[in-house]
Amino acid sequence: MTSLPANPAMRRLGLVIDLDICVGCHACAVNCKEWNAGGHMAPLTDFDAFGEKPSGVWFNRIHTFEAGEGADGRTVHFPKSCLHCAEPDCVTVCPTGASFKRSADGIVLVNEDMCIGCKLCSWACPYGAREFDEDVGVMKKCTLCVDRIYNETLPQHERVPACVSTCPAGARHFGDLGDPTSEVSQLVAERGGYDLMPELGYKPTNKYLPPRPRQNGACGTAVTATQVEAEADLSGHPFLRWVDRMLTR
Amino acid sequence: MTQQRRFIAESIPVPPPQPGEQAIDYSVRTDDEVKATTCYMCACRCGIKVHLKNGKIRFIEGNRDHPVNRGVLCAKGSAGIMTQYSPARLTKPLRRVGERGAGEFEEIEWEEALAVVTERLARIRATDPKRLAFFTGRDQSQALTGWWASRFGTPNFAAHGGFCSVNMAAAGLYSIGGAFWEFGEPDWEHTRYFLMFGVAEDHDSNPIKIGLGQLKSRPKENRAKFVSVNPIRTGYSAIADEWLGIKPGTDGLLVLSLIHELLRTDRIDLEFLVRYTNAPWLVIQEPGSEEHGLIYRNQEGDPLALDRDTGNYVDALQPGIRPHLIGPALLPDGRQARSVFELLAARYLDPQYAPDKVAPQIGIPAETIRRIARELAEVAFEQTIEIKQPWTDWAGRHHDSFVGRPVSMHAMRGVSAHSNGFQTCRAIHVLQMLLGSIDCPGGWRYKPPFPKTPGSGPMPSPMVGPNQPLGGMPLGFPQGPNDLLVDALGRPQRIDKAYSWEAPLALHGLMHMLIHNAWKADPYPIDTLFLYMANMAWNSSMNTAGTMQMLTDKDPATGDYRIPFVIYSDAYYSEMVSFADIILPDTTYLERWDCISLLDRPISHADAAADAIRQPVVQPDRDVRAFQDVLLDLGARLQLPGMVGEDGRPLYPGGLHDYILKHERKPGIGMLSGFRGDGNEIGRGKPNPDQIKRYVENGCFFQATIPENARYYRYGNKDYLTWATARGLIDSPDTMVLQLYSEPMRKFQLAAEGFGPKQPPNEVDAARIRAYCDPLPVWYPPFGEAETKDGFPLHALTQRPMHMYHSWGTHNAWLRQLQARNPIFVHHKLAGKLDLADGDWVWIESAHGRVKAEVKLMDGVHEDTIWTWNAIGKRKGAWNLDPEAPEAKQGFLLNHVISELLPPREDGYRYTNSDPVTGQAAWFDLKVRLVKCGPDEIAATEPSFAPQKQLGPAPVRTLRYGAGMNKP
Repeated sequence: MTSLPANPAMRRLGLVIDLDICVGCHACAVNCKEWNAGGHMAPLTDFDAFGEKPSGVWFNRIHTFEAGEGADGRTVHFPKSCLHCAEPDCVTVCPTGASFKRSADGIVLVNEDMCIGCKLCSWACPYGAREFDEDVGVMKKCTLCVDRIYNETLPQHERVPACVSTCPAGARHFGDLGDPTSEVSQLVAERGGYDLMPELGYKPTNKYLPPRPRQNGACGTAVTATQVEAEADLSGHPFLRWVDRMLTR
Repeated sequence: MTQQRRFIAESIPVPPPQPGEQAIDYSVRTDDEVKATTCYMCACRCGIKVHLKNGKIRFIEGNRDHPVNRGVLCAKGSAGIMTQYSPARLTKPLRRVGERGAGEFEEIEWEEALAVVTERLARIRATDPKRLAFFTGRDQSQALTGWWASRFGTPNFAAHGGFCSVNMAAAGLYSIGGAFWEFGEPDWEHTRYFLMFGVAEDHDSNPIKIGLGQLKSRPKENRAKFVSVNPIRTGYSAIADEWLGIKPGTDGLLVLSLIHELLRTDRIDLEFLVRYTNAPWLVIQEPGSEEHGLIYRNQEGDPLALDRDTGNYVDALQPGIRPHLIGPALLPDGRQARSVFELLAARYLDPQYAPDKVAPQIGIPAETIRRIARELAEVAFEQTIEIKQPWTDWAGRHHDSFVGRPVSMHAMRGVSAHSNGFQTCRAIHVLQMLLGSIDCPGGWRYKPPFPKTPGSGPMPSPMVGPNQPLGGMPLGFPQGPNDLLVDALGRPQRIDKAYSWEAPLALHGLMHMLIHNAWKADPYPIDTLFLYMANMAWNSSMNTAGTMQMLTDKDPATGDYRIPFVIYSDAYYSEMVSFADIILPDTTYLERWDCISLLDRPISHADAAADAIRQPVVQPDRDVRAFQDVLLDLGARLQLPGMVGEDGRPLYPGGLHDYILKHERKPGIGMLSGFRGDGNEIGRGKPNPDQIKRYVENGCFFQATIPENARYYRYGNKDYLTWATARGLIDSPDTMVLQLYSEPMRKFQLAAEGFGPKQPPNEVDAARIRAYCDPLPVWYPPFGEAETKDGFPLHALTQRPMHMYHSWGTHNAWLRQLQARNPIFVHHKLAGKLDLADGDWVWIESAHGRVKAEVKLMDGVHEDTIWTWNAIGKRKGAWNLDPEAPEAKQGFLLNHVISELLPPREDGYRYTNSDPVTGQAAWFDLKVRLVKCGPDEIAATEPSFAPQKQLGPAPVRTLRYGAGMNKP
């Protein structure tokens, strides 16, 4: 079995995903796919690509579902990728040390050279974040774009996970969640960011921001039923009010 | 200015290697070369940067500097690699050898293909040019293709706008001189209330997603409200503060009821109306006369108003007058007139528009309508915003700041796809005008080259004769009956009947009627159908099965096809390919030059006029040619004027690249606006041989930023009007008056009342014109509602998946993994009534036909509305997919149950299933019922068609794209 880092650094890199503005467009999923197809874990093999049962390796997938009914109902778009947990079983179950958590930044990776394709890690991950590449026979997963964020051949502004860089709504953020003063940590604090299934105890690094309260009235000053009712009593034909208006073109 | 997206991306220092951990080379070189170009995975025209490594595409990303997408890229754009290397790419010109539709072809050389086409077209041009019908699909080169048609001399040209967005374009252009769709945008930065009616979520999509993300991410003290009016709660509606799931086709009634409330409570911007709209213009009130309802004008044709200071009838356009608004005006000639404003107010104050009256039809409570009206008014008038920026209005008056009514609106599909869409969209524009929220801070804003004078533009051009070009362009902007393309008997002169009494404002043509009319030889036979990237044998046609039959139908007397010849150009093996006689294979979007011109559909945003190009990023590995190059080559072979010099030699031997550089539409105005003349001239200037080079250096686009004092109230902003005129966006700096009341509409009505030289040929046509060409917005039930009584109680709609653009994503190995099948979504209450559960199969039956689909239950949909995703279903074998692909078995089209015709009128004639004003295809009028399949019926969609033959060798099954690219 594989050990977690004995003395992990404070740095814990991860994503903050804003469910208030995610429209479920799949941009992050496909941009992730194209970057990583030729990236650190290349390729992200596709099977039966033009056939009856197309499938493939994806590090990031979007789930869309409904919650509630009627006036309380809402449609939720939920992007999901590896959460880079602080205490992940997917690492500790690994018999070879292929699945490991980096001590310097907390990124959970798979060393393909050591992976024997036993799939124990995917059984251990309750989030379904592991992707087995049957063609190569090894487990693959989100690398947090380790080959982008530290890639010194790229301009500084491009050293961001592909999913964050491409998200049209700006619903994805990247940073150091181990540093309480970081921008992402402050955003999580301000918005009440939460862990996915915290009861399992894996301490995910990635955080989700819940939907903001809906705006009920016009910009914070809710129009009340009384106000609307009061207008029902407006007297006199509007023409009488307009007839004497002197307006200049 | 261009708003940058707000997202956090912290800069993290590279950590030192850790002992015992896998050592990773982070800094693998990602490319040998980066080339900027313009995306074409949908029609949005985002800027992209293509990273190439060892001759292959390593990855494609959004261009941060580009005005459309500002660095983001959607799912479609990010999947461009798989479209570039798709096994559905055509590889060589083809000639049909079997029966049409059987998909049996032989490969031929380009020279032979072009010789066949040239011979045929030359004969048509020398005899009767209109017998060529040249229609293009989601084409972005209409500035070229439309011009080519005009040089050829056929009026039978259009692109796909007639079945897409012409309701929005026509209503906008005739009302406010600009349009929703992609030709304007909310002032995302300043708006406090955003009201969205429908929308096609695959479209203008990155700008809207960026905008919504910004709007919702504002600090608490500056929050805005987002209200989505849509029968279906997906995509954008899912993140709305309030979702109004109205009954389909009642948007217009909702808007007129909001207008009723605003008028009733006197919450309108009367100052704005007087200054910037035709509210004070006088409308002649002389029922039964030939001028009843027309604007009272002087000898010069200028509109007149009654000045209250002097009591005189004065030029309504002059500044400083104080016009009479309420009460009859006695004209010097003894007739009566009333102001536009009074007519408008009188109409919508009528109790028929009261919320209590209309709420049951719309399907939301009356108090919600009253509350929304109150919220609109509160934001517009009590939360006014001000931008401290001095400016000068058209009359030379100085203002210290721009004052804004921060209510913005957007509308598109839904509204556009109903037979009441034109008038509904007009109603939305009237609502915007009443609130004074057009092109103001926080309101809806134009993107250049708009605004233009409402309703202005060249007229549509009729055919001149054999070997003659048209006098102008095929498509234009009629001002009244005299500009229609009808003959002396009132019969249509175009094959699609655009600009006829059946569709007088068909600004984009009626492509959805092309094949039907050509097959029926109504109004006349054609010889050749020349189509470009338009999948008319599948998802771009109503009555898909019938359309396929029409394309293959033969005249029993002669044994000849009723549509004698079909030329088709496409890059991919779409369903349409099987139905062509000659195939001209196009390149992919990454293999060619293209021009995204201000003369067509540019890339402007509200603060800048902008256009763009595509450049070849990779070289074709097949025997294919860019269609635009082929078109110019054909033009030269046909000796078309403007395409050859006096010596008969081609003027653009280098194809589109040459054309972009050299062609001038008017002196100094060409395809691209940037780097003209000596390289520094914008908009107007002599052709510059270095222009394309400069575009490439600039990331393949150019933008001219509008000065800060010229960014709002542009129809009446002197600085803008002067700026835009100097750059060739508009012809003169005259102010533009927004049109609450549409006089051209009234002119059509007058003809239908029996006045004038051109009148509808029969009473049925006349009755339609009288009813629907109302000069003030009017609501009527969509025509499809008539089928409710025949046992079709449900509405059936489509939504656009954000990750697919029509059929274009079908053959994309990545996008089809996101979606390869589509169920029919049914509200769980309706499902309960019909005893339906998830996974059941049902027949969706309409008056036209039936199609089988799998049921999926949901909550966020209007209860009597069912819907599915657009264009997922495919014909077996099409796009070179396996015939067993889910797209063909569990994917279906609603098109099968939509008729291109309305039920017969009394004399048997069947009108097109379209908006009666614009001819816009009324896809969303569809009414259906659901019939549960029996246990013995197979769980696969029907109708099903014989598979399209496989193109070339079988596609690979396992794709390892990118393998090895992570090596240095």
